[in-house]
Amino acid sequence: MDTIRVRLLLFAHYRDLAGTGERTIELPRGSTARQLVDRVRADGGGWARLPAAPAIALNEAFAPLAATLSDGDEVALLPPVAGG
Amino acid sequence: MIIHTRITRDPLDPRAILQQVERPSVGAAVLFVGLVRDLNEGRPVSGLRYEAYAPMAEKLLREIAEAAAARVPAERGVPGVAIEHRVGELAVGDASVVIAFASPHRAEAFDGCRYLIEEIKARLPIWKEEQYADGRTEWLDGAAPPQG
Repeated sequence: MDTIRVRLLLFAHYRDLAGTGERTIELPRGSTARQLVDRVRADGGGWARLPAAPAIALNEAFAPLAATLSDGDEVALLPPVAGG
Repeated sequence: MIIHTRITRDPLDPRAILQQVERPSVGAAVLFVGLVRDLNEGRPVSGLRYEAYAPMAEKLLREIAEAAAARVPAERGVPGVAIEHRVGELAVGDASVVIAFASPHRAEAFDGCRYLIEEIKARLPIWKEEQYADGRTEWLDGAAPPQG
């Protein structure tokens, strides 16, 4: 197989922009998180208003946008956090 | 060592959270309670909604608590940490976060409690939507989380 499927999660402001909190994306094998973000931003509308370089979590841990994705990964786009 | 962490939709009980860390060896316990305030940057606030990336927030909260406990040198005794963060709909005056840090001595207790609230604000994947008296809502701009 030359493609992978990853689960994309969006929270708070980013979910409002995208209009959904969850989406499955197919990407070429070897894609990075940055390429995932580019891919969904290219859909236009609210997706295009997502930042080009958001903070992300890969499988529930902070990760760089340069991280290479694997089939079945979960990637979350994280707006600036405001807990406490 | 006691480490208790929880993300919950239930109202927080500061006294019960403090009791989690009470032991005969404890000489000082610092309790921090974060509350929903009625005014933010001049706008009257009627309530808040907290949202979490729950599985990650639960893991990270535990890691942050363990890191805070590990900052206490062994010769200063064994600390205890209890933290609960609430999510969902909160009203003005509700507790959003409660932190109890206990230690044989007060210096570590104050330091540990301060360290924890700063780490939570900087890193925990939780977001806050303010609801204003005029019916409008807005996600608050927070701290940029670490980029990997």
